Amino acid sequence: MNNAIVIGQYVPGNSLIHRLDPRMKITIIFFFVIVVFFANNIISYSILTIFAILTTLSTRISLRFILKGLTPVWFLIAFTFILHLIVTKEGTVLFDVFGYKVYSGALIQGFAISLRFFLLILITSLLTLTTTPIEITDAVEDLLHPLKKIKFPVHELALMMSISLRFIPTLLQETDKISKAQASRGVDFRTGPIKERLHAIVPLLVPLFVSAFKRAEELAMAMEARGYQGGEGRTRLRQLKIKGLDILVFLFFLAVVAALFWTRNY
Amino acid sequence: MDITFKDVSYIYQANSPFAHKALDHLSFHIPAGSFVAIIGHTGSGKSTLIQHLNGLLTPTEGEVQIGDHQITSDKKPENLKELRSKVGVVFQYPEHQLFDETVRKDIAFGPKNFGVSEEEIERRILEIAPAVGIDESLLERSPFDLSGGQMRRVAIAGVLAVKPNILVLDEPTAGLDPRGQSDIMNMFYELHQRENLTTILVTHSMEDAVKYADHVMIMNKGTKYMEGIPEEVFAQQEALNKVQLDVPEVIQFLNAFNARFGVDIPFRRQSVAELAAEIQHALKGAESIE
Ligand SMILES: Nc1ncnc2c1ncn2[C@@H]1O[C@H](COP(=O)(O)OP(=O)(O)OP(=O)(O)O)[C@@H](O)[C@H]1O
Ligand SMILES: [Mg+2]
Repeated sequence: MNNAIVIGQYVPGNSLIHRLDPRMKITIIFFFVIVVFFANNIISYSILTIFAILTTLSTRISLRFILKGLTPVWFLIAFTFILHLIVTKEGTVLFDVFGYKVYSGALIQGFAISLRFFLLILITSLLTLTTTPIEITDAVEDLLHPLKKIKFPVHELALMMSISLRFIPTLLQETDKISKAQASRGVDFRTGPIKERLHAIVPLLVPLFVSAFKRAEELAMAMEARGYQGGEGRTRLRQLKIKGLDILVFLFFLAVVAALFWTRNY
Repeated sequence: MDITFKDVSYIYQANSPFAHKALDHLSFHIPAGSFVAIIGHTGSGKSTLIQHLNGLLTPTEGEVQIGDHQITSDKKPENLKELRSKVGVVFQYPEHQLFDETVRKDIAFGPKNFGVSEEEIERRILEIAPAVGIDESLLERSPFDLSGGQMRRVAIAGVLAVKPNILVLDEPTAGLDPRGQSDIMNMFYELHQRENLTTILVTHSMEDAVKYADHVMIMNKGTKYMEGIPEEVFAQQEALNKVQLDVPEVIQFLNAFNARFGVDIPFRRQSVAELAAEIQHALKGAESIE
């Protein structure tokens, strides 16, 4: 696990995208995800692709790292593409593979859908790559604030989210440590029959659960000791503020969307 | 089994923005039978180093040789399990590895994995449990009902029950009470001599290093900063302070004493009684000259 890269793990930086207000980022991504489905020709797809590439480049995170982080997704994209080649039967027959006729419409559609898929995942992973988990939860809490009126536990939800996000790396570390300790005691997690390997999981899971429960208890106690009593009347250390930059970026995004809808009828 | 590191580097999360070089062209040789203390400021790469000793980590660059087992970046040792049965590792806070229903079963877990017979395991448990200070009445208890110190002892017993040739200890007494610390260290030392083990001790305690080790290695930022017999290494107070390390109290005292009274008593691992006699002698000698 030492060398494993988590998809969309936060990479510290100071780029334009890093500095954007997290609420703005989430809003833009939300609308981007919808707008992607309105693209219907080469020009509109190009506009979206260029927008995505520009955004990606302006994070200043190494492109190789971002693409490598998407490895598990490449497989899905390839799968979608191939599926389309097989199922879609529109346009003219281009060529024959083992008796399967590949149509021109299939090629175009497969490509379009895969691209759509790729853009969606790229843009959403940029959010987690450039935003700390804390910022994301703050933004979610803020954006969901109106739901408080209908008694939706917004603060509790955000707290649960931030605690889980906070402890994912800790749990991964713990898993790594315990599996190494048990490997040193002769447990083999990697080879051998499936049944034995399943058996080998017990010495890993038991200590992991024990420590997770202990941690939860300690955290609850520490929070109470520091006077935590829910979200009522709590002020924030980190205040979110919309800046000029955020408005500028949002206007740019609106322009992109407008251009997209304008080119749809070409 | 000799331990040899040749130009070993290790990079965590290589090829990512998080890449971190934890070992940097590290070379050293530890002959079989030595008791080596590895000392270094936090984050200097000690735990990373010891994970190379039983193939938990493979070097990014360079070569690790443990007895006949060779580990390089592109070659895992053929017989990893055999290597692990010969190199016992007590990790930092080993009590986190306890999992079985009873203390007895947990101690038996390691040897069982390495194919030791039931009778032999039972014999080892009855030998090792008292040695690490676990009363026989605790053997049928759940390890999770024990105190922190008792859990630590059970975890240590679980590693010793494998009867390794090389014993690797990563701060084995951190967080124990002073009496428990010296009990456990004495137990390790006795075992080291009786079983003719090679012992690698990672520690922050200069006192332990001076007391037990016959060789000291100082780590700094993933490299070997100093190496030698404890007397020589600890004589260099300034160089050690530079990497945020102190010398043992007894040497600090001797240095201050020598400076204050203008005498020159060298540190030779004297006992307290011997040192007292030498001091008496030095002071009396100084007076008689006046
Ligand atoms: N799993 C990991 N992933 C990334 N970096 C790591 C990992 N484990 C350790 N490091 C880094 O490698 C360096 C050396 O760590 P190591 O655990 O070997 O230090 P140490 O000398 O044992 O310190 P301590 O005295 O605190 O136990 C540290 O800077 C640490 O942040
Ligand atoms: Mg360590």
